[in-house]
Amino acid sequence: MKTMGKKRAIQLNSLRELGILLAFILVLVVLMILSPNAFAKPANLINIIKQASINGILATGMMFVIISGGIDLSVGSIVALSGVIAVSFAHPGEYPLIVPIALSAIAGLLAGLLNGIGVAYGNIPPFIVTLGSMTIIRGLALIYSNGQPIFGVSKAFESLAGGFVFNSIPFLVIYFLSVTIISAFILSKTVFGRRVYAIGGNEITAKVSGVSVPKIKIAVYCISGFLAGIAGLLLASRIVSGNPTSGQSYELDAIAAVIIGGVSMSGGSGKWYGTVIGALFIAVIGNGLDILNVSSHFQLLIKGAIIIIAVLLDMKGKGKQ
Amino acid sequence: MSDFLLEMQNIDKSFFNVKILDNVNFNLYPGEVHALVGENGAGKSSLMKIIMGIYSRDSGTILLESEEVSFQTPREALSAGIAMIPQELNPILDMQVAEYLFIGREITKTNMGGISVVDRKAQIENTRNLFERTGVKINPRVLMRNLSVAQIQLVEIIKAISMSSKVIIMDEPTSAISIKEVETLFEQIRKLKAQGVGIVYISHKMEEISQIADRITVLRDGKLIGTDKAENLNKDKIIQMMVGREIKDVYPKEFVESGDIALEVKNLRLKGNFQNINFALRRGEILGIAGLVGAGRSELVECIFGITKPEEGEVMIKGKPIKITHPKQAIQNKIALITEDRNFKGLNLKTTVEQNISFVSLNKLAKFGVINNKAEADAVEKQIQKLRIKTISRKSMVKSLSGGNQQKVVLAKWLLTEPQIIILDEPTRGIDVGAKRDIYLLIGEMAKAGRAILFISSEIPELMGLCDRIITMAGGYLTGEIPRERFSQELIMQYASKFEVKA
Repeated sequence: MKTMGKKRAIQLNSLRELGILLAFILVLVVLMILSPNAFAKPANLINIIKQASINGILATGMMFVIISGGIDLSVGSIVALSGVIAVSFAHPGEYPLIVPIALSAIAGLLAGLLNGIGVAYGNIPPFIVTLGSMTIIRGLALIYSNGQPIFGVSKAFESLAGGFVFNSIPFLVIYFLSVTIISAFILSKTVFGRRVYAIGGNEITAKVSGVSVPKIKIAVYCISGFLAGIAGLLLASRIVSGNPTSGQSYELDAIAAVIIGGVSMSGGSGKWYGTVIGALFIAVIGNGLDILNVSSHFQLLIKGAIIIIAVLLDMKGKGKQ
Repeated sequence: MSDFLLEMQNIDKSFFNVKILDNVNFNLYPGEVHALVGENGAGKSSLMKIIMGIYSRDSGTILLESEEVSFQTPREALSAGIAMIPQELNPILDMQVAEYLFIGREITKTNMGGISVVDRKAQIENTRNLFERTGVKINPRVLMRNLSVAQIQLVEIIKAISMSSKVIIMDEPTSAISIKEVETLFEQIRKLKAQGVGIVYISHKMEEISQIADRITVLRDGKLIGTDKAENLNKDKIIQMMVGREIKDVYPKEFVESGDIALEVKNLRLKGNFQNINFALRRGEILGIAGLVGAGRSELVECIFGITKPEEGEVMIKGKPIKITHPKQAIQNKIALITEDRNFKGLNLKTTVEQNISFVSLNKLAKFGVINNKAEADAVEKQIQKLRIKTISRKSMVKSLSGGNQQKVVLAKWLLTEPQIIILDEPTRGIDVGAKRDIYLLIGEMAKAGRAILFISSEIPELMGLCDRIITMAGGYLTGEIPRERFSQELIMQYASKFEVKA
């Protein structure tokens, strides 16, 4: 009886990964049929990837954290903080472009480091640590900018997110692809990647197997923070300003992308391409429903329903013990 | 109509095609203490879980006061008058004693709005009366958190009494309490007997059983070995019934000349777990550690391995003191620990056979932190073949394997690190006979190859079959050392159940 249940759980598990992909393709096909002229155009498809890119970068960092068995609620606030810092050093003719880039990356990295230390050595649940830092970092962004958006950026800074390769592929798409490829490599090919899965899968086994669990935990929060810093930089470049209230609820979109992609909230499993599909899925729905003139209010209903269905599949997949 | 209060007839139960209960009969008279004994994994707890409706039986009948019953949940069993006090108590710590006693069946009163509310006063009053009747001195208003383990146990017993339970099952009730508290427990048991309550008493401790039990039933490997009056069974007879097999056939033993000292432990102490531990382990030697559950054996080896930090003492390898504060240092020193609880500490059930086996050795299989997939696959395949792990492929999820094969995965993981000192903590618990034999053969092979082996087991015959020397632990102390030529069940049991410190 129990063996049956386990076998079925394994089958469902692989079905789930496939299921998300099938659902994604289904939605694509339906949208292409409903709107062959607007949605299915190559330019629009590239636009979708562009729309998915900032959330995709955040979701990639989130994926590391969730696979390790944690959660990072602070990424939305990091986006705001690194954005205002970047723009304040990006006024025309003041500093070289590398300064705002480096500073936003460092700000994100530092925030991640503190999250990691709190989780790894403070023994505080990740939800609590990052809930606290989410609020603190938002406060820092507001203090830094006096609560006002910062305007006035150099052309070079603007082109960070606004530029194109071959006049057709947005830089943002390139960044997203690069982050994805590097993360995929780290997660599936490196010793470090294995350890991230291992501490999410069974932290005690990982420790007994000689892994310095705190170090790995700190590293995943650093990755998440760093990528949030980069995302903040790109968002600031895209909206050509640093806004201390930007990035609100971005952490939830990132978590949604990871979950839709089939990464288990309890950690230890999930594949990089799931997160890519998750981020694209969210962008496709937003884009497609916009084109079909569905009001943004209704879009929320659909997005929410997809998240719940994905988690439902996740839980079914795990089966009962 | 029979005189039995509870009767279990021809109970069968299998898990994963392994029979854990095979045609077992068990019965209980009113006012009787019936001890249920057997080695770990003999099926005692499973039998009791079947009564309580925690497990479903495959076949067989249960009669309660001559009426056939079949409980689906513990709640049903409880309301029919059967209560179980589990080995590990999980009370709700932030409740008052009185609240906890009446949880799920609160005394209520209707207030003026017509809403039922809990009548705390009545609950406390009732609790006080119950305690007075049974001679328990606990304040009903105190939080469960502030009680000792023994007191919590008493509360659980009173709870069972207050539900007018006819049958009370106690699973190793004395495993966590002091000798003095055992007396209080026995007093309560005698009072219950006088009231006609039937008690099933599961224990490993022979002295207690001979003190309190009226009848004794022995289980072994899921089979009923015998039931008899306590006065007809002495300790030796019970142990023989518990173990009862030809040792020579089951345990392949290779005799290896012992080499230099590989591991030496000096004066090791971890408060509340063990103290004053001294022993040496030689290359090629299999050293057994015997002891009862809770003797501190697992805690000791986990400390040697760096999972916990000792407060005092030294661990020496090849005569040099080494500092082990994390398992990674133990691994660097070529020590391997196959932990007792494989699901909790040995495996990552969320991944594959391959990723479990290679996990500790990843650095060897990688260059600049990038894993060489080919090298990994080769190394893993070799282990799968060597240990005869039955799996569809190395990419199968480890949770799809049987217990014995899962255990072999843990062994493979550690053997891949090429350890010199191998610590095995209950490596054969809960696995089938074939896998056990494979593991015994492997242990012999490793000793022959000059590895030093420290082997914890609660199955004494297993230790006697394989070890060159056995040390015993009881209550956190080393209580004896026995060379192979003096091995005997009685001697080991005697040392392992010794509670005074050996000077």
